[in-house]
Amino acid sequence: MPGEAEMRLRERLSKLGGMKLLRGTKLSGELARLQEQLDHIRADPSAEEIWQSVELARHQDRPYTLDYVERILDDFFELHGDRGRADDHALVTGVGKLGGRTVVLVGHQKGRDLKERANRNFGMAYPEGYRKAMRAMALADRHGFPLVTLVDTPGAYPGVAAEQHGQGGAIARSQAAMVRLRVPTVACVIGEGGSGGAIAIAVADRVLMQEHAIYSVISPEGCAAILWRDAGEARKAAAAFKPDAVHCLELGVVDGIVAEPEGGAHTDPDAAAQLLEQGILAALEEIESLDSDERRRGRRAKYRVMGVLATT
Amino acid sequence: MSSGQGRVDVEVESKRPDEPSPGEAHPNTCRGCGSHYRDDELEQTLRVCPQCGHHFRVRARERIEQLADPGSFAEVDEELRSADPLSFFDLRPYTERLAEAEIETGLGDAIVCGSAKIEGEECQLAVMDFAFMGGSMGSVVGEKFARACERASSDGVALVSVSASGGARMQEGILALMQLPKSICAIDELHESGGALLSVLTHPTTGGVLASFASLGDVVVAEPGALMSFAGPRVVAQTTREKLPDDFGLAESNYRFGHLDAIVARSELRPTLGRLLRLFDKGRG
Repeated sequence: MPGEAEMRLRERLSKLGGMKLLRGTKLSGELARLQEQLDHIRADPSAEEIWQSVELARHQDRPYTLDYVERILDDFFELHGDRGRADDHALVTGVGKLGGRTVVLVGHQKGRDLKERANRNFGMAYPEGYRKAMRAMALADRHGFPLVTLVDTPGAYPGVAAEQHGQGGAIARSQAAMVRLRVPTVACVIGEGGSGGAIAIAVADRVLMQEHAIYSVISPEGCAAILWRDAGEARKAAAAFKPDAVHCLELGVVDGIVAEPEGGAHTDPDAAAQLLEQGILAALEEIESLDSDERRRGRRAKYRVMGVLATT
Repeated sequence: MSSGQGRVDVEVESKRPDEPSPGEAHPNTCRGCGSHYRDDELEQTLRVCPQCGHHFRVRARERIEQLADPGSFAEVDEELRSADPLSFFDLRPYTERLAEAEIETGLGDAIVCGSAKIEGEECQLAVMDFAFMGGSMGSVVGEKFARACERASSDGVALVSVSASGGARMQEGILALMQLPKSICAIDELHESGGALLSVLTHPTTGGVLASFASLGDVVVAEPGALMSFAGPRVVAQTTREKLPDDFGLAESNYRFGHLDAIVARSELRPTLGRLLRLFDKGRG
């Protein structure tokens, strides 16, 4: 008799098999991996797999935005400052060449050592960061450069100054700016896709997710603190709201999953970067030939149907 | 837990209405001055304390009665209900919480939508209710808001939204977060059709609702004393260990920092909306 874990894998496998996946991204890699898991069926509860992604997504050696930028983009020139009041180091913007074309890049940036972490504010942007992002988006639109965003943040910074400078409004306006763009847009969640801070730069024609990235409305600890009244129940919370890539794909929130090297992106950043580049290029090629109005209509139509209503 | 330190909820401060704990004030006792009122007295005064001007919370249907011309409101999409895409279970199943909220509030979800007239001006109304799971935004709130935008576009009228929300609804996971861009896409189409969004923020409007449609009104006003912050005061205090200013996140502070067009007392809300609707009326209807 098949165990619960095996049933779950079979179910996932059949769902994935029936799904329209992006060329060069998850696709075959994920199917093969699942098949392999099915072949060596283990009794791991899926909650464990989910928690593994949470840990890998936050792994201190996981490649960050600038690690990918130096491997994927040629001639990257960083653009600093929101032209209003500050340069937020938790979010980087710039122009560079990707596969021969100039693109605008926007991405959250975490730091690796103590000093750098403080400098990058743990990847938690202030409103100034989102205003810098909007400035880069406007530049992309003005010059017809595709926009690529890399999402990796625990969330937007929850601080007094951030609120005073309009955190909520900045996140809303950044999304509104992405909805309106005439140029092709691709977003990829490369680590933590934390809530409003993530979606602020993740409203795109094609949204990808790395295999071990997480994307969620709230952190496991935050959810546990509220619903279980105990932040220590983070594993249970993660298992309940399912922030892993496969679930996000199944829910239609992301369009494709980018495979990672065995063991996670940090085990081989070069290989991870290569897979990411392939995924972004494949996604870009799908949408570049579309008319700009058509692309914008398609983008809006995609988000318009997100959510699940009861059928009564 | 080391990797968990400092990672906090930035979407949701409170998912349920304040539970009166023993020794805590009765809901009809003014938090501003301690005066106590009968329910019918508060109804008379639009739920504003006659002594000190404190604005009590208003349920969605009562709010509509306060704003719309008598008999003009026609509700739509009342039948929409949330599904449970994640089979979400914390200490209790999400489906149970939904059923309980419906019984307690008499509402299908945290927003009530329909067409209305305000001072004779036709408009669409979308009014949130904090009593339904803390006014949290899930698939139904997003869907009803988007449909309200679409009806405003096709009728050639403005949309008036009145928000009251603790943020995105955790129990719908990532799909709740997707209601932010969904509502924003709907506003984009409304704007493309020439329609306007008039956004009224009431206490509290936080998290995902502040970070989406509530902030994107062509005109954004708030009631006095309304909390309107992305992260709630508790989360900010815990994360940053900063001492919060007394007016942290309040409408008055937001007005000072330039995030609001006006603070409008409840008694002035209906005439203010009437005036704005006349100003934005392009004779498209």
